[in-house]
Amino acid sequence: MIRVVLPAHLRMLARIDGEVELAIDGAVTQRTVLDALEATYPALRGTIRDHETKRRRPYIRFFACQEDLSHEPPDLPLPAPVLAGAEPYLIVGAMAGG
Amino acid sequence: MSGVRVLVGTRKGAFVLTSDGQREEWDIAGPYFGGWEIYHLKGSPADHDRLYASQYSSWSGQVIQRSDDGGTTWAPVGNEFGYDGVPGTHQWYDGTPHPWEFERVWHLEPSLADPDTVYAGVEDAGLFLSTDGGLHWEELPGLRGHGSGQYWQPGAGGMCLHTIILDPVESSRMFAAISAAGTFRSDDAGKTWRPVNRGLESEGIPDPKAEVGHCVHRIAMHPSRPEVLYMQKHWDVMRSDDAGESWHEISGNLPTDFGFPIEVHAHEPDTIYVVPITSDSLHYPPDGRLRVYRSRTGGGEWEPLTEGLPQEHCYVNVLRDAMAVDAFDPCGVYFGTTGGQVYASSNAGDSWAPVVRDLPAVLSVEVQTLL
Repeated sequence: MIRVVLPAHLRMLARIDGEVELAIDGAVTQRTVLDALEATYPALRGTIRDHETKRRRPYIRFFACQEDLSHEPPDLPLPAPVLAGAEPYLIVGAMAGG
Repeated sequence: MSGVRVLVGTRKGAFVLTSDGQREEWDIAGPYFGGWEIYHLKGSPADHDRLYASQYSSWSGQVIQRSDDGGTTWAPVGNEFGYDGVPGTHQWYDGTPHPWEFERVWHLEPSLADPDTVYAGVEDAGLFLSTDGGLHWEELPGLRGHGSGQYWQPGAGGMCLHTIILDPVESSRMFAAISAAGTFRSDDAGKTWRPVNRGLESEGIPDPKAEVGHCVHRIAMHPSRPEVLYMQKHWDVMRSDDAGESWHEISGNLPTDFGFPIEVHAHEPDTIYVVPITSDSLHYPPDGRLRVYRSRTGGGEWEPLTEGLPQEHCYVNVLRDAMAVDAFDPCGVYFGTTGGQVYASSNAGDSWAPVVRDLPAVLSVEVQTLL
């Protein structure tokens, strides 16, 4: 299972308590994880990525294993500890605003 | 249940204020959607339990929420606002072409007859329609595409479509207002549009009497007399007696004719309310005194309403969608401030009292009269 941690405001929107666990068939990439997340929780569509272009919203970041993956190509495999469920994939609201 | 429900959108969530017909004791529920900007909430005139809310944050963009039980519970519905076809460009602040990009929903206007039909006014300025309770949205492209769209420029707050008025008599007629483009009218239920800005005069644009380019802040109509429109423009309070074909100024003796909201009394079509603001750079009341001005003559002659409102050291603003009336007799008038106060008058503005004082900055106030 792939573990995903969401920022509090998106957990509240999608009524998620704690981490999300997703089962993904095939390659585990940022794209497939986000696709599975949005399919499971439709309320999150458009809040992390643009509906049409699938571009990351500017104030959302993607972290895993102490690395910032926000600018990585979306079809690269995620790090092995994420695939193994040892580390979560983090969706983070950037520190900005008030 | 007989009473009133005041729907308040703020910078950090929504609040629902309820009272009985006396409008003296209030119950305050919320925040709903805490931490998110709630640009607007509005109830369906056809079903008082059906509410829509525009929820936005810079981090996560636009969400539309719907309640089917009068605001007790909510669920997100559709939030995909894709412009029709190739969106093209409008003008940017510096006059260069700028691609149309959806940012947020400023205003939701439910149909007068069908709870599942609702219009959305968005930034960058466009008009969208849902006929399935907000699940799916389609642009009415005739507005943006009628010809002048490429010349529209954003105002300081963004290029927003902030006012949608549905004509209760001519059911295929509707009005939309855009900052900083002006007022537009459709006579075929939103299919085709034309600018209706004759008589407006705006300093600060190359041709002060141009067909488009005016920073209209809000327009209002009384349902019994839909050919009469009132407008608070960036500067100037205006009136049209011919459904927008021409406008004339009614600022009269106002201390300043800059402001944002304008509202009409529920039972007296010639009684209107504005909140004068010092200037376009000083977004607070003149002299630190919060005064609503009322005209009982359809404009021109105005009286200050001050009882119960702070008359010193008050430097809040009242935004364009943050004033509304109820349908009781005497008419209730409500407005919210950027300082987080929501004031109510249960006697048509003669006196005021705060319903709540310390909310986040208020973006919008709508009222449902529950009879």
